[in-house]
Amino acid sequence: MTADTGIVTHTPSETARLAGPTQPSALNDPKVRAIGYQLVLAIFVIAFGWWITGNVIENLRRANIASGFDFLSGRAGFEILFSLIPFSANESYGRAFFVGLLNTAYVSVIGIILATIIGFTVGIARLSPNFLLRSIATIYVEFFRNIPPLLQLLFWYKAVLALLPSPRAGFVLPGDIFLNNRGLILPKPVAEAGAGIVFAAAVLAIIAAIFVSRWATQRRVLTGATFPTVKVVLALLFGLPCLAFVIMGGPFTMDVPVLQGFNFRGGMVVAPEFMALLLGLSVYTGAFIAEIVRGGILAVSKGQTEAAGSLGLTRTQMLRLVIVPQAMRVIIPPLTNQYLNLTKNSSLAVAIGYPDLVAVFAGTVLNQTGQAIEVIAITMLVYLTMSLLTSALMNWFNLRMALVER
Amino acid sequence: MAQPLAYVSQAEIPPSPPPNQAVGAAAWIRNNLFSTPMNSLITITAMIFVAWAVPPLVNWLFFDAVWEGTNRDACLVPGGGHGAACWAFVKAKLGQFIYGRYPLDERWRVDLVFFLFAAGLIPLAIPKVPYKRANALFLLGIFPILTLVLLTGGDLDFSRTTNSILAAFLAGALLLSIATRSPAGLTGLSSLALKILLVGVALFILGIIASFIIPTPAIRMDLGSGPREFPLGSLALALASIAAVVLGVISTMRNASAGGWGMIGTVLTIPAAMLIAYAIVTIDFGLAHVETPLWGGLMLTMVIAVVGIVASLPLGILLALGRKSDLPVVKTLSIAFIEFWRGVPLITVLFMASVMLPLFLPAGVNFDKLMRALIGVALFSAAYMAEVIRGGLQAIPKGQYEGAAAMGLTYWPAMRLIILPQALRIVIPGIVNSFISLFKDTSLVLIIGLFDLLGIIQQNFSDPNWATPVTPATGFAFAAAIYWVFCFSMSRYSVFMERRLNTGHR
Repeated sequence: MTADTGIVTHTPSETARLAGPTQPSALNDPKVRAIGYQLVLAIFVIAFGWWITGNVIENLRRANIASGFDFLSGRAGFEILFSLIPFSANESYGRAFFVGLLNTAYVSVIGIILATIIGFTVGIARLSPNFLLRSIATIYVEFFRNIPPLLQLLFWYKAVLALLPSPRAGFVLPGDIFLNNRGLILPKPVAEAGAGIVFAAAVLAIIAAIFVSRWATQRRVLTGATFPTVKVVLALLFGLPCLAFVIMGGPFTMDVPVLQGFNFRGGMVVAPEFMALLLGLSVYTGAFIAEIVRGGILAVSKGQTEAAGSLGLTRTQMLRLVIVPQAMRVIIPPLTNQYLNLTKNSSLAVAIGYPDLVAVFAGTVLNQTGQAIEVIAITMLVYLTMSLLTSALMNWFNLRMALVER
Repeated sequence: MAQPLAYVSQAEIPPSPPPNQAVGAAAWIRNNLFSTPMNSLITITAMIFVAWAVPPLVNWLFFDAVWEGTNRDACLVPGGGHGAACWAFVKAKLGQFIYGRYPLDERWRVDLVFFLFAAGLIPLAIPKVPYKRANALFLLGIFPILTLVLLTGGDLDFSRTTNSILAAFLAGALLLSIATRSPAGLTGLSSLALKILLVGVALFILGIIASFIIPTPAIRMDLGSGPREFPLGSLALALASIAAVVLGVISTMRNASAGGWGMIGTVLTIPAAMLIAYAIVTIDFGLAHVETPLWGGLMLTMVIAVVGIVASLPLGILLALGRKSDLPVVKTLSIAFIEFWRGVPLITVLFMASVMLPLFLPAGVNFDKLMRALIGVALFSAAYMAEVIRGGLQAIPKGQYEGAAAMGLTYWPAMRLIILPQALRIVIPGIVNSFISLFKDTSLVLIIGLFDLLGIIQQNFSDPNWATPVTPATGFAFAAAIYWVFCFSMSRYSVFMERRLNTGHR
């Protein structure tokens, strides 16, 4: 009957053989082994760390370098070409760090915006039915993707922007904009009394837009009734500040740059270093984003488009309600990765002299103080924090957006 | 019935021509360029753009360019301003762009390295060529040693510390291979003795390293030539090395007497290979020494990229396996390592390698600048490589892991024989892509003062003989062309391999 029940019976001697030796060697126990291996590895790593620390202490003692973070409050003694917060040579190294950090953030944010615009435009153009447009987009992507970003930055900086004529002979663009070897000089809006109201209106418009779109989505989910969300939101965002602007009687004046002697007075100057960095980063990253966008749109299966069509959606509705939301699910994770890459690549600024975090802190401050360990550690920590935060955010987003299947 | 019906045709009617606007060039233009008013508008705009951008570019690059000349005068425009590309500059400096400041008489060595690299890589890259295993062995094992000898001139002098560390590794490799590679019956050691030996290997290596970290007390001995000091660490090293050799000899004898000459081969291959490699790099072949500061140009770019990718492969494999491991300590350490290097920009890594690395080493021990950059690049790319390989490990169906376990294979044999061969095969495109980004990233070494292709081109802009307004643009255009050709062809290869690997059963 053993065949039917599936139970195999053994004679006593067989059972004893199958059970094996009564006392298996502890060395053969996988758990013991695992602990052993890990112990060896841990000792190895700790010993290595111990050795390095010992060497560092010994080397610092030899070179007479005091370790610690006291140097951050010392006087910087150098000027920074471009700063978002007031900075002079009398400020501390700590403040120089923040200047660098802000400059990195500044160029990264603008770069990300530009790269996104370029990337989406080119990515969609690569899918265009128009052969010529498609080819131009393909050439753009294949060209810029395969050239080192550092080479692109240097090219813009040394081969293009450095060749621009002097301010006297420079280009004059419409709208009082001047382009020459001092950079791009733009008129600067100066706020006057009442400008605060306009800003307040803008903030109010953003809050109102968020509420309107939430309410509209909720209502659509509950009742199925549609609402022209995009138009209303756009009207709010532009209309409210404009209205405030008109009511307050235009509380801004333009500080128009004027050529005086060999240079311009007034206006605001976008330095060539900044322009080169921005151009290089956004053109390079834009090519990668274009590929991501193309891949994302292609990842939406054709059946979705056909289904949307057979439901009677118009082409705009089809894009907005069916294709884009599904493509975004594919696009956003690698897109964030590209944003992170752009931010990390902004450290290339050191090659063209734009004062970003690496150039100011790991460059000038390190050279002046000699505090290599502290300075490099802080710099790395900043980038590390940034990328770990981004990936944490991404994991959260992926969890939220993951397809919920039955 | 024989009479044909009047309304049935007597002959076959010739096929009618296709509709006028469905085939041919005209139809293609209509469908692709002018299908809708919007499309026509786009076409016209794009055409205007092309007409605006392309002719000046082509003229600048080719038709108006200066091809011949001996100095800057050839490329200067009489009335000031800037003319077209100055290829004469590139022509005059081409040697530097490729070899850096490598001595003229020794450049054949670089050419030979380039040739060996191509000879090893091309057959490896073409899927149909056989002997992949031998080929990979050449490229990853023999070629690096030959390159080291050819480029530096060989005849390397290692410091005593380096020699002791190398000896420790050699002895460790010997013990490990005796313990693991020869069957217990042939070693003449009981299985318990083998296990003790394995634990001994680990403790032994730890001991050697500890002896460098913690200064061990020295013993004064008089060996006839006056009293000398022998640190305990070195003594232990010497003793262990002797033990390893004795064990090696015993196991060799027993293997041989058991009729297993082949066995000796398997046991001694790795230690013997290490010894031969050591011998080759220290023998004086009569080649002139070329210091690394003289290296530069495309050669340096290739050296950094290839060393980076080759060194990152084994490390990346270990890290990827570590990240997938069940052992919490191994897993945590691997994740920390990978995420750390992936989270920071390469520039900070290079800064760290050039500024901080000397502080990490004992006083007196120092690497040259290139070596430090290479270490930084290798660690950095190992983290990316680990993620690529992890992708491959995850793509292997669970059945393969279970199948390996069912065959009775333990962890390392299962990985070596079943999992890694499959995983590494499917990540070839990923590895190529890593190589592309590493190749582009090598340009950053100019920031820490090494003269790779981009660095040396940039340095030549300040040569007063060739300084013109168009020199930078020409130099960058040349660099861009080289980088582009390399990266684009590699990315095409990666796409090709991806398609090839995708046609499988999955």
